[in-house]
Amino acid sequence: MTATPAHGTRMTGAQALIKALEAERVEVMFGLPGGCILPAYDPLLESSIRHILVRHEQGAGHMAEGYAHVTGRPGVAMVTSGPAATNLVTPLMDAYMDSIPMVGITGQVGTAAIGTDAFQECDTVGITRSVTKHNELIMSADDIPMAVRQAFHIATTGRPGPTLIDVPKDVLQNEMTWYWPTDGELDASLPGYRPTTKGHARMIKEAAKLILASERPVLYAGGGILKARAAEALRELAELTDIRVVTTLMARGAFPDDHPLCLGMPGMHGNATAITAMQKSDLLIALGARFDDRITGKVDAFAPEAKIIHVDIDPAEQGKVRRPDVPIVGDAKYVITEIVKAIRDLLAGGETQADTTAWKSRISGWQEQFPLAYASSEPGEALKPQYCLEKLRDAAPESTILASGVGQHQMWASQYWNFNEPYTWVNSGGLGTMGFSIPAAIGAKMGRPDRTVWAIDGDGCFQMTAQELVTATVERIPIKVGLLNNSYLGMVRQWQEMFYDERYSEVYLSTDLPDYVKWAESMGCVAIRVESPEEVEPAIEKANSINDRSVVVEFRVDAGEKVFPMVPAGSGNDDVLLHPSQSERRDFLK
Amino acid sequence: MTAINPAGRDVNHHILSVLVQNRPGVLARVASLFARRGYNIFSLAVAPAEEEGMSRITIVVDVESAPLEQIVKQLFKLIDVVKISELDPRHSVERELLLATVRVGSDERGQVLELVNIFEGKILAVGVEALTVSLEGHPDKLDDFEAMLGGYGIVELQRTGRVALPKLDRQARLRSMSTPSSPSSPNTPKGKVS
Repeated sequence: MTATPAHGTRMTGAQALIKALEAERVEVMFGLPGGCILPAYDPLLESSIRHILVRHEQGAGHMAEGYAHVTGRPGVAMVTSGPAATNLVTPLMDAYMDSIPMVGITGQVGTAAIGTDAFQECDTVGITRSVTKHNELIMSADDIPMAVRQAFHIATTGRPGPTLIDVPKDVLQNEMTWYWPTDGELDASLPGYRPTTKGHARMIKEAAKLILASERPVLYAGGGILKARAAEALRELAELTDIRVVTTLMARGAFPDDHPLCLGMPGMHGNATAITAMQKSDLLIALGARFDDRITGKVDAFAPEAKIIHVDIDPAEQGKVRRPDVPIVGDAKYVITEIVKAIRDLLAGGETQADTTAWKSRISGWQEQFPLAYASSEPGEALKPQYCLEKLRDAAPESTILASGVGQHQMWASQYWNFNEPYTWVNSGGLGTMGFSIPAAIGAKMGRPDRTVWAIDGDGCFQMTAQELVTATVERIPIKVGLLNNSYLGMVRQWQEMFYDERYSEVYLSTDLPDYVKWAESMGCVAIRVESPEEVEPAIEKANSINDRSVVVEFRVDAGEKVFPMVPAGSGNDDVLLHPSQSERRDFLK
Repeated sequence: MTAINPAGRDVNHHILSVLVQNRPGVLARVASLFARRGYNIFSLAVAPAEEEGMSRITIVVDVESAPLEQIVKQLFKLIDVVKISELDPRHSVERELLLATVRVGSDERGQVLELVNIFEGKILAVGVEALTVSLEGHPDKLDDFEAMLGGYGIVELQRTGRVALPKLDRQARLRSMSTPSSPSSPNTPKGKVS
């Protein structure tokens, strides 16, 4: 790392910006230069920070997110003004929805030109106000160090999220005197920002009592477990109380899939056991989860008999969707650790846990009756996407990181992969951003260069951001892409088949156009096309053996395959649609 | 979406006194939060507060559009918001200012002057066929005055939106909102400073 300059050193705003990023221990940033941000790219030549030159600013944002997902450190994206700033809006919103720490830096036209409709001017702070946790337009070079410290502090503390600083060109060019704000100065500059991390002691004790009294408890683990680095604490709580755990789409890996207490993913495409266990529960212990509509289905019909313990660092999540019986505002790791202590104290004091034997056997029964199911393809039939994912999973080196786009392939990836470690799953949950996987996988690989990173993508998603494979090749960041090509916008096709009487409207893409193999090869990747089941394993083996450049494996898969189980939008979770092979048994879920 | 509705007497409104850091865009942040979350505003008044660098935004919110608790919690997530006090109308002093230009012929002028007198308003300007008047007072009183003036043809009318402070004897009962896990009400965020 470059040495931090002494206080009082004269430098330009641009130099101060880069120094401030170094002071925040930024090692890598993703970006693309242009007119207004140009001054900041000059001192970058002397910086310790590695800059990854992307091919589209949206890619820079998703790379920053992927980096943050796997490292827990804030991802940084730097782009110019106007169209570059607007291209960053999608990743900012994506990070906001999924509480990903990220700092965006945008160039802006000179202060004198602001408001004149100057070339490449846009109201960046106005446009990004509702997609960031906080944003600032910096009007003086003197303000740069404090603005950078605030941006990183806000992005990484409390409920994490994206922040943005917008820097006019003359502010980058003007001289300033270097300083670096102390913690005290930082706090004093943000009198309205004091996240609550310590949960309320009485509420924690109340939660412990409810947990011991429950006969049908479920631990509902959300993405907050990963943000709070609370996976170990969660495991301790689950094992101490022998309570089953569901992991939401954002929490895959927060509790190991191979653990006997793990029920896997609940929600719209969750497995029948996880969905039903929540529905029939008498106590949901929500930990860093926000009762998203994809989890609850119809809210009025969600877990009707359950009391709710809701642990969340964001007070506004308490009671937003479902009124908790025991609300606890605080950091998940702190609160879970305290709940474990409180339970141990109660047990030591002679309290006993309610008998959950009947509940556990009901759950096991559901697990036996309703495993994930799909019909294997007969010889000569089209390849099944689930089969490809099973083979990818079984051949993946230990600790492989899986990134995903959005759609059917994302749901299958979440269902069929075994996430046994935290921070191995990178996906766009809340916003559902198609095209997320390739840039996010590149960012993840930058954060964890020692790991194998597979991006699972669909053909619709691939066509949105595939150009970043050029970035991967040029910057030597080798990733692997498993492209499930079913020639359709598959999830939309599924809805049209099921809910619009098979009236297919604007969902067919094409099987051969583009030619994915040629396209991938033209971007410097090794490309393999797979059309039949016997080609699957050799192709995956070859892909796993290549580590000096990116590999794209195109699996031509069955377009008619649908994701099951499914809770149709607007339905209650009791009305989950099972795989046709299991629907006769549905009374067993009662 | 946010609509600015007139606060009728029977409407279920609450007053939030929001202390904010006086920084560029702070009003836009508050306004866009209301728009984004679909909360309705009856009125809004902003001015610098007694503390340097701070402003006070008095927002009259429609608690039919969303639970007050959600509105307060979401507002608190704005970094520039330092303190939120909920003022119960029953325990607050509320004031508002109204300016109106009324079209009056010479035969009606006396009646309007009398009306202004009864309400303890002021005549600000007198023209051949119009009067400009002002009235300061409780918003309900302004509603009555506005209704009475309506009979004479209002050319232009402007109200400031209400400002409010807790009643002196009720200061102690002021609900002040700060750290969300305070013992008395773990469910409601409370003012960071009181």
